Amino acid sequence: MPPEPAKPSPLLEARALTKRFDNLLALDAVSLAVNRGTVTAILGPSGSGKSTLLRCLNFLVLPDSGEVLFDRTLINPRLDAALNAHRARVGMVFQQFNLFPHLLVWENLALAARLVRHLSAAAARDRAISLLARVGLAEKAFAHPLQLSGGQQQRAAIARALAVEPSVLLFDEPTSALDPELTGEVLAVMRQLAADHTTMVVVTHDVEFARQAASEVVFMDAGRVVESGPPARVIDAPTTDRARRFFKPSTVAER
Amino acid sequence: MIGPDGALASERPSLLARAPWWLLALALVAVLIGWRVATDALWRDIAARLLDGLGLTLLVTAIAFPLALGIGLFSALGLVSGNLFFRQFSTLYVQVVRGLPVLVQIFIVAFVLVPLGVETANFLGFRIAAQDVPMVVRVIAALAFAYGAFEAETLRGGLTSLPRGQAEAARALGLSRRQTLRHILLPQTFRRVLPTLGNDLICLLKDSALVSVLGVRDITQEARLYQSATFRYTESLVLLAFFYLALTLLVALGVRALENRYRRHAA
Repeated sequence: MPPEPAKPSPLLEARALTKRFDNLLALDAVSLAVNRGTVTAILGPSGSGKSTLLRCLNFLVLPDSGEVLFDRTLINPRLDAALNAHRARVGMVFQQFNLFPHLLVWENLALAARLVRHLSAAAARDRAISLLARVGLAEKAFAHPLQLSGGQQQRAAIARALAVEPSVLLFDEPTSALDPELTGEVLAVMRQLAADHTTMVVVTHDVEFARQAASEVVFMDAGRVVESGPPARVIDAPTTDRARRFFKPSTVAER
Repeated sequence: MIGPDGALASERPSLLARAPWWLLALALVAVLIGWRVATDALWRDIAARLLDGLGLTLLVTAIAFPLALGIGLFSALGLVSGNLFFRQFSTLYVQVVRGLPVLVQIFIVAFVLVPLGVETANFLGFRIAAQDVPMVVRVIAALAFAYGAFEAETLRGGLTSLPRGQAEAARALGLSRRQTLRHILLPQTFRRVLPTLGNDLICLLKDSALVSVLGVRDITQEARLYQSATFRYTESLVLLAFFYLALTLLVALGVRALENRYRRHAA
């Protein structure tokens, strides 16, 4: 672990991000600060702007206005070199895994390491094999991605994101496309990453995971951050009506 | 044709029904023709003449097709490009070339564009004459441009059929646009459009017969020259047809083998 800076400043920061899709205001001046070694869970109903916020952090969605800073440096997404360097530091895991089906599983990891981090073929292969072992897929290294189960594909996708040694990992609903009985193996890998102090931002519908693994919870609705703070406060003792309806639908109904 | 389960063939046909009888029939004809060539001096003579042109037919196809693929790839990138000029220019090329008969294009390239190019070169101080540009070169250029338009459409269709998540995942890893295209999108596009590319290659091989209108001595031109000297139409046309069939079947089988190889890997 690198030594903590004397004055803690967010590793990844979003300032007043606004994004409009046609008539829909997906993000309304949303700010977010992600500290080193923490897990931030973004929760909220469908269409609240969670995924848009996450995708603005690595510019898969270009915000209409607002800023993204990495380690206090403003990122200009219109400069290709700066954009690619930013994305190499900010890894992403997708709902649909998006493994490259024309490559073997280990090649998915090695290609990224080779092209982005300029590793030699041998070094990239070694890194791929050891990362696959870390997510419990050592014996699947030479399989084709589509031969794996959904849970295995997602674990391979996490390993692929790790292959370029990012400083932050973004997860875009990583278990939403999985059978309920396959989510456990993916969540276990994510919990292990959290225990290793990997900085993570997780968009999820899994309130239980957020409660257990997150150090910070951000609750969004209609393109705004409604509440944020430690899970014990936001999830278990929300102060706004909107969050209460979302996290405690039964108690609200009783009133 | 469509079975109760929605599959194209309702049940797996028996081995007897699956055997390639059509290929066997062709092989039988081939044996007959081979026997004629072996025993009949006239047939042997014609076959020898056609063999003289075989190299040119293969040369024209083998050079024009990779050129067409290159032009097609460039234009396909134009068709999906965000650059207004690049996109409009590519669309213009595809629409114009696709709307003209290949034969007319060959005439235009050979008798209008090449002389025009030579004139321009002379104006710029080069000393060349139109005769210095052999007809075979003009014909290869014409076929490459004609088929480039088809390949552009094929490759554009393949590129846009890929799931969006592929490019997103590649860019999110930090790959540049060029790396994403080269290592992620194009290899997958190629696998998807392989059957169409094989079809286009067969069409180009057949259309290479058009070079005979410019007097280029491919197998069709050799057959025509032989006919005008001997009036032996039946023998020379049977052999000519068989030369083309042998070539196109070879290509078709090769493409199918390649497809099977990729299919096994994608399973």
